[in-house]
Amino acid sequence: MLEIRNLHASINHQEILKGIDLTVGVGEIHAIMGPNGSGKSTLAQVLARRETYEVTQGEVQFNGKDLLAMKAEEAACEGLFMAFQYPIEVAGISNAYFLRAALNAQRKYRGEEELDAIDFLPVLREKMRLLGMEERFQSRSVNEGFSGGEKKRNEIVQMAVLEPKLAILDETDSGLDIDALKVVAAGVNAMRSPDRAIVLVTHYQRLLDYIVPDFVHVLANGRMIRSGGPELALELENKGYGWIEPVTTGAL
Amino acid sequence: MAAVTQVAELGSYVEAFRELEQRTIRQPDWLRSMRRDAFARFCDAGFPTTKDEDWRFTNVAAIARGSFAAAAAGNSRLTMEELQPFRIPGAACRLVFVNGHFEPELSDKASCPPAVEAGSLAGALARNPETLNPHLGRYLNTQRDSFCCLNTAFLEDGAYVRIAKGTVVEAPLHLLFVFIGAGEPLMAHPRNLLIAEPDTQVDIVEEHVSLAEGIFFSNVVTELVAQENAVLSHHMIERENREAFHVSTLRIQAARNANVRSHSVLTGGALVRNNIHPVLSGEGAECLINGLFIGDGHQHMDNYMLLEHASPHCSSRQFYNGILDGEAHGVFHGRIIVHKDAQKTDAKQTNRNLLLSDSAQIDTKPQLEIYADDVKCTHGATIGQIDEEALFYLRTRGLKEGSARQLLLFAFAGECLERIAPGAARTYIERIIHQSLPSRVRPFSGGGLEMDRHWEEVG
Repeated sequence: MLEIRNLHASINHQEILKGIDLTVGVGEIHAIMGPNGSGKSTLAQVLARRETYEVTQGEVQFNGKDLLAMKAEEAACEGLFMAFQYPIEVAGISNAYFLRAALNAQRKYRGEEELDAIDFLPVLREKMRLLGMEERFQSRSVNEGFSGGEKKRNEIVQMAVLEPKLAILDETDSGLDIDALKVVAAGVNAMRSPDRAIVLVTHYQRLLDYIVPDFVHVLANGRMIRSGGPELALELENKGYGWIEPVTTGAL
Repeated sequence: MAAVTQVAELGSYVEAFRELEQRTIRQPDWLRSMRRDAFARFCDAGFPTTKDEDWRFTNVAAIARGSFAAAAAGNSRLTMEELQPFRIPGAACRLVFVNGHFEPELSDKASCPPAVEAGSLAGALARNPETLNPHLGRYLNTQRDSFCCLNTAFLEDGAYVRIAKGTVVEAPLHLLFVFIGAGEPLMAHPRNLLIAEPDTQVDIVEEHVSLAEGIFFSNVVTELVAQENAVLSHHMIERENREAFHVSTLRIQAARNANVRSHSVLTGGALVRNNIHPVLSGEGAECLINGLFIGDGHQHMDNYMLLEHASPHCSSRQFYNGILDGEAHGVFHGRIIVHKDAQKTDAKQTNRNLLLSDSAQIDTKPQLEIYADDVKCTHGATIGQIDEEALFYLRTRGLKEGSARQLLLFAFAGECLERIAPGAARTYIERIIHQSLPSRVRPFSGGGLEMDRHWEEVG
């Protein structure tokens, strides 16, 4: 599904990603962990095709297509979804209108019929119920005035409606209390499917108690320094990131 | 003021004024002397220059230098079909003015309730001038503004609307001012008098459009009188051609407990100045001033708002949103004056602007003058670009860049739309805003995703 080879990316001529390799197969859940500033979010943003990052080397194949040649909207239409670490407030556009416009843009791209409001609303309501969001959120402006937890849940609602092939969750767990975390995790688990891959980008092991990954990778200073099974997350939990940092500070 | 050069520039007005005086020789003395006084004041003052504080950001030299012939009445070649795009479904009436003159043949008053008197000011002046005497020209301040003097000097026709006490008019009244070209630059000075008697409710749409290319100078004055407890919405739509000069003054007089909402949408014209001057003269009066201006090319759009709180316990809200592209120049000049006796005033003013290009320009000047001591007033202005973060966010959900931009622009304009009560007028205005936004979405327009283009830039 996703093949990243020797990916280098920089912003303002400062290299953040220094040669990432990662293979994510269909149906798999991968967790990318690492200390703050290791490049986790940069990786997510590059994959979501944010143009402010310059890719200087490497390649990324997404379902056999060159992801780095795609614009953000094209990657989305090809089935890539990123849940933002800090979801953006968009004043004046209702959640329901926005999501229907997004879904229809993707359906149109795939040559499918567009949905009218009558067909769309039940779909949205069901997903919102799943994430414990009250109905009034559908007519409110996208993320405007939402609490941190509401914004994160709204990201998962969007993912559930858009049904991506690959979902990248950028620190969706941070800042959530334990109840909200459980709701978000349940929403993600409901999306687990043999046809879909999920990449969890997180700083904390806690999320992985609720969404158990198949693979865990440790990113530090722009490189993947360890990969393993779920047990690697536990090792990190016990040791912290302290055992990584001496190795990497030398390289800075 | 450089009086010598002014005289030369005023030559064409002197001639037109003499003709008007001849034409209106039978009209009452009060009206004739009102015109004469106004014209004298105009000749003294001439057109304002950018040295005048109220005109600092708007240079009207193009109007002052121009020579405009007074548009004649009764030679309209328009058909109903040509006016079809300017129809508000379900409107109570549509009064059509061609080059400033009322056209009964093109107007439709069939569904106008009997308690509503709606027609031409010229007609009302011919039939019963004395009923107009207490109102006409009694609110407008001709001392401040030469354009108001000029309008009063050429006061002849326009809309006259009077809503009888206690009447609720459900459907909007549509006043449509159409410009049709005549080969030479023309001018018109439409004068509207709108009176809402006590306990009435009405929506009025005043719309200015062009059905031809060519230079036209519209200098409009509307005196709007909201008597006690009247609830009134005035919607001003300006979408004339890109050569038009348009100066409008809306003078609102709000009596005790009157509630007036003024909405304005400017999308057309070369040089537009929209003055709104509400005076909250009665206790408990309330007013909302809601403006949207959308300009591109070399358009110049000046919104001048002067709001006077003259009585206690009045509240006012002013919101102006501007969207400027190309080399458009926008101006917001919002001045709130709270008079000495206007205690417990609650006034709030906001101006937000989106600049879509490096050459677009906005001058914004919010101003408060407070002479009372127990008041709550706030004002503020912001200038920004399209939020790139929001744009990226929308794109990561699958929306093309063009559609995402359009959505964000519409959301910004939508803030103004939401302040208009739902109904026929709002639906009509929403369509106009929709039509005026898409061409301003530059990189590439909405529509279907076309895979094989534009993807090369990354990497």
